[in-house]
Amino acid sequence: MSIRSEVIAQFEQVAREQDKQLAPLADDLAFLDSGLDSLCFAIIVARLEDSLGIDPFSTAEDTVFPVTLGEFIKFYEDASK
Amino acid sequence: MLPNDRASLWDTLGANAKLSQRFASVHAAVTLGDLAGGSCLSGRASELAGRSVLIAAKDQLVASLALIELDGVARRLVLCPPELPAEHISFVIDSVPVDAIVSDYDLGLDGHPAIGPFIIGGPQIAPSEEDRTPRHKTEWVLLTSGTTGRPKMVGHTLASLTGAIEQISPAASSVVWSTFYDIRRYGGLQIFLRAVLTGASLVLSSSEESTADFLTRAGANGVTHISGTPSHWRRALMSGSAHNLNPQYVRLSGEIADQAILDHLRAFYPQAKVAHAFASTEAGVAFDVRDGLAGFPASVIGSGIGGVDMKVEDGSLRIRSPRTAARYLGPQATNLADADGFIDTGDMLELRDSRYYFVGRRDGVINVGGLKVHPEEVEAVINQHPGVQMCLVRARKNSLTGALVVADVVLAAPDSLNGQVRETEQEILQLCRATLPRHKVPAAIRFVSSLEVASTGKISRQP
Repeated sequence: MSIRSEVIAQFEQVAREQDKQLAPLADDLAFLDSGLDSLCFAIIVARLEDSLGIDPFSTAEDTVFPVTLGEFIKFYEDASK
Repeated sequence: MLPNDRASLWDTLGANAKLSQRFASVHAAVTLGDLAGGSCLSGRASELAGRSVLIAAKDQLVASLALIELDGVARRLVLCPPELPAEHISFVIDSVPVDAIVSDYDLGLDGHPAIGPFIIGGPQIAPSEEDRTPRHKTEWVLLTSGTTGRPKMVGHTLASLTGAIEQISPAASSVVWSTFYDIRRYGGLQIFLRAVLTGASLVLSSSEESTADFLTRAGANGVTHISGTPSHWRRALMSGSAHNLNPQYVRLSGEIADQAILDHLRAFYPQAKVAHAFASTEAGVAFDVRDGLAGFPASVIGSGIGGVDMKVEDGSLRIRSPRTAARYLGPQATNLADADGFIDTGDMLELRDSRYYFVGRRDGVINVGGLKVHPEEVEAVINQHPGVQMCLVRARKNSLTGALVVADVVLAAPDSLNGQVRETEQEILQLCRATLPRHKVPAAIRFVSSLEVASTGKISRQP
């Protein structure tokens, strides 16, 4: 499974579990408008660490944190290289 | 008669040969009356008069007999719990300090400076005329796990330890006590003293014995009254041997007794009274709850029953009573109590519908993005699921919120689920979502075959 599809799958899964109305997923979707809150993101990051074996938020220094879905996916793709 | 300030344990017993109480360990059994003309201390008990004695025996029966023989004779008795590493034993010897040892094995203290008599005790009682005239108000020192890993040393008197034990009723001699606890722990020591002072027999547990074997032995010895932590009891109900026991009285202490374990025990032992007690090594026995419900009535606070004053401050239970310990011993001993004599138990309470519920330890809080979660409150919800035997809620480090709540769950009958584990997981999560705020709902549930229970009888929590 690609990183992109795994990320999207987790967004949808966590939104369902947390009973959140997820905005249509597009690369330019800002997290602020996604319908997910910080707890949802914390869970997504934990699940991705389990499935992809990486947590770029724990290792990234000096990097700018992602604010859109596209940046989030790239954040993970870069970290996996 | 209960101990007053002058009497020793042996004195209080009436010091006579007619005592028919039988104390049994996995290896041996002794009738207390035999101590009237005998000793378990190889005829050397007199060497311990006035000394500060470490009792470090593998066999709880040896420790029991030594305590009965030496209270009032020794100046101080230090109760060494089982499996205490040699370096901690050395630390205790130096810090208390100790100048004599009773043991039944090689403590591995080679190289430790000579500290006076080392007496090998055994469960066999040899004829011996002992002078047990009480000449000391013996200090009893219990060890609890400290935050640094080194044990904390807590000083009690016989009077503070026995303050919660009710007057002997003549019918009590038909009682046979047992406890999953080791008697060197506060919870176990309470049962030991209760048995000694109320004329009851006692069946001692052993770390060498499985829970199933212990229950079978306890049942065969006619145990009527038995105590343990909720973790002990969950393990007992899983052992397949709990039906070998037919208790009249079941007591829980040491951990939060949630409604699920109380209900399970009531269903399993319908003839038994099920009670849960609040006690700690430092604060002593505060109260017990006999209405079968988790928590305790709010009216208990401020009632002063049994001379126990309680209050809730900053969310935690504070206790002042004649049953609290007198002091901490050792180099970095801090004050036990505040200026008004109250001990902060660190156990956090929540008031709901005129009842207080324990929600967890102050130092065990999980911080999820600034929101506090007590693992125990989540465990209490998960334990309500009928398929759950026991569980451990812990923090999982998270780079966004600092931590998330996750749960390790042991199922009661994992094989009967036929691959429906996923459904069970969803049911547990639904249960949590229905009763807990979102940040307290586990982000992940892991099914495990067992959970580690420490030698204290409490579930092992990561520091």
